[in-house]
Amino acid sequence: MLNVEHVSGGYGEQNVIKNVSFSVRRGEFFGVIGPNGSGKTTLLKMMSGVHPVQSGSIALDGRPLHSYTSKERAKVIAVLPQAVEQTYAYTVEEIVALGRYAYQKGLFKTLSEADKILIHEAMKQANVLPFAAKSIESLSGGEKQRVYLAQALAQEPKLLLLDEPTNHLDLAHQKSLLDALRKWTEEKDLTIVAVFHDLNLASLYCDRLLVLHNGMIHSLDAPGSVLREDNLEHVYATKTKRLIHPQRSRPLMTILPHQTRQEREMISFAEIPVEQTEEWIALSFPFPLKTLSSAVLGSGFSWKKHFINRHVDKDYDHQHPEADMQQFLNAHDLAIDDTVAMMTAAMLENYSLRLLDKENFELLVIVTAGVGNAVDASKAAAHRWDEHRIGTINTWIFINGELSEEGFIQAMMTGTEAKAKALFDERIKDPVTNTLATGTSTDSILVSATQRGEAIQYAGTITELGKAIGETVYECTIEAVKKGRQS
Amino acid sequence: MAYAIAVFAAIAAVIIGVSFGSVPIPMSEVAKIFLQSFINAEFGAPIDGATANIVMKIRFPRVALAFFVGASLAICGAAFQGLLKNPLADPYTLGVSSGASFGAVLVIFFGIAFFGPFTLPIFAIIGGFLTILAVILFSRLVKRTLSMETIILTGIILSSFLGSLLSLMVALSGEELREIIHWLLGSVSMRGWGYTLMILPFFIVGSLVLLLNSSELNALSFGEEQAHHLGVNVQRRKVLILIFASVVTGAAVAVSGTIGFVGLVIPHMVRIAFGADHRHLLPLSMLYGGSFLILADLAARTIVAPVELPIGVITAMIGAPVFAAILFRQRKERSV
Repeated sequence: MLNVEHVSGGYGEQNVIKNVSFSVRRGEFFGVIGPNGSGKTTLLKMMSGVHPVQSGSIALDGRPLHSYTSKERAKVIAVLPQAVEQTYAYTVEEIVALGRYAYQKGLFKTLSEADKILIHEAMKQANVLPFAAKSIESLSGGEKQRVYLAQALAQEPKLLLLDEPTNHLDLAHQKSLLDALRKWTEEKDLTIVAVFHDLNLASLYCDRLLVLHNGMIHSLDAPGSVLREDNLEHVYATKTKRLIHPQRSRPLMTILPHQTRQEREMISFAEIPVEQTEEWIALSFPFPLKTLSSAVLGSGFSWKKHFINRHVDKDYDHQHPEADMQQFLNAHDLAIDDTVAMMTAAMLENYSLRLLDKENFELLVIVTAGVGNAVDASKAAAHRWDEHRIGTINTWIFINGELSEEGFIQAMMTGTEAKAKALFDERIKDPVTNTLATGTSTDSILVSATQRGEAIQYAGTITELGKAIGETVYECTIEAVKKGRQS
Repeated sequence: MAYAIAVFAAIAAVIIGVSFGSVPIPMSEVAKIFLQSFINAEFGAPIDGATANIVMKIRFPRVALAFFVGASLAICGAAFQGLLKNPLADPYTLGVSSGASFGAVLVIFFGIAFFGPFTLPIFAIIGGFLTILAVILFSRLVKRTLSMETIILTGIILSSFLGSLLSLMVALSGEELREIIHWLLGSVSMRGWGYTLMILPFFIVGSLVLLLNSSELNALSFGEEQAHHLGVNVQRRKVLILIFASVVTGAAVAVSGTIGFVGLVIPHMVRIAFGADHRHLLPLSMLYGGSFLILADLAARTIVAPVELPIGVITAMIGAPVFAAILFRQRKERSV
């Protein structure tokens, strides 16, 4: 569709764009990203023919761009600029009708019936039909942009060039514009080349991304390959972190704001009071901890300040434990978003707590244990889903240090293995299979780290942190089980 | 419908313009004389020969000239405004009128006669065209985006400069002094049919070219880049519009001197009433511009009769406040 070969050019003496080559396939959603002044807009203007090319060539459908007449070109390429200068109060329909300029014939260039139908259709697609007769001046920024989009559509282009199309739009308008554009790439085989400032929008919508750096191509590939922390640090001279999108297989990038003094302040776990009543065991930190958990509320990765282990009656059988827990937290004035909450029927006074102060980190482990529900994971097939007995082991592991994501998962594994070993040594049996149990059917675990202090990469069993977790969780679990037995 | 009203207004303006004067002639009489002369209509009562003479030889030429000058200035104003996407542009504020005057004064001052009777308009046209080129080039140098204020400021600077040159020539001239001064102030009086015929070819050809570029003006009023995207051959159309707007302005200035603000007021009003589309803005501006200048001329010669005011006084009295109003509105909109 579009072939850019060894193109250079710019303003005056200096070339803004230096020897750039790439091609865009029909129906592709092609994104151009890069820092300010990298030449994105200049490149776009060269593709639209507004800006001359110093050397190299741009070909459209195999034909050099400069061999097109103005009108021929406008029938193939439409442009949605960042902003259109508008001086007079044209109506929306008049503006969209200008999109047919290149198709009009004769001295006075009247609109044919076919033109009128196309104009109507373009207004419908860009969702501006309701204000067709209104003056452009009376519209909001997002509406104005949709009017110019309708104008571009009325050109029936094969190639649509967009310069930061989402610049002035709110979240909903960004999504609806980009969704519509991508739909047209599928339905009409429209080819789109768009300059993006927002890396995440580019990642979510583009088939391929071209990264411009100092007027040259730094990389050109699918978003997943282009949007890497090292690439972006090189191009933007800024550290970024790559995240996964929860629903789409596209990377998200985020910057790291400089930490405030408050965010760097250290604490010691010894200062954190553990509150134990009949109703709960509660821990509150002065700032949120990065937490990975399987709790009733606040599961997955998140940042949490409050940690609740709630006691419930033996006969607790709620249809919606989550909603019930939310109500419970509300009743205690705890912000749900800041809180991890588990529940147990075990007697809370039988909890076990260990605080370890190592050279590189602190470790705090709290365990509550009831084992009536014990299960041998290797023989769990013998169990029925709806059986109802009491007994849960809740394991809390707090680390005062900066733990990597793999460290979180290793800490979880290490803690789980230590728990299983403790049950093994206490000869806890699965009442159904009558074999040694590995846990209970409703166990919960959380690993939480302050992310301040020393960086800790690993928490496998024979790492320094792993050793501490293994031993401490083992001891705590045994103690909690024993206390439960005695009472 | 809009055109019917505009045509009716123009005819009414012509009849009113002819009817008033030192010797009032009833409008019905004027209409009769017109009908008799144009389509040989027969009326029961014979028309007084002297009255017919006043109408056809003195008043009507003046009114017709006023109409063509007004139409010229208004259509040029509309075209300049579209091309430069600047509602304050008109032949007067851009300095085109001054440039054209300068060209015309050169002809009178040096007694140039290269092109026979068309020497005056041709020099005026060249003067006007060179001025608009100078204004645009200089504004570009100041600010690449051709902002509204820069263009107008440049136009005013150039106007004053040309004005001072004109004053110099007036001071140096002896006998032609009165003729030049009178002409400079802008007037459509005592020109006879000769002047009307002199500008007519320029007016017809120039206006036609401008009218044929209405769609392009629509596109250009969104900026040159946007016009390019829409398929307009920007360079060619721009030059075409500039040349022919200068032709129409130059011819008008050659016969009437510098009459300000007509090209500003009329398109502005038409835009408010009928919308911004240049396909209607241009022809409607012509009709209303012509009618407006007939009435302005009428006011100029009757307000303090028997003394005749320069017609530019009247147009400026109306035009300057409109200029201020547009400037104020633009400022306000942009600050939002």
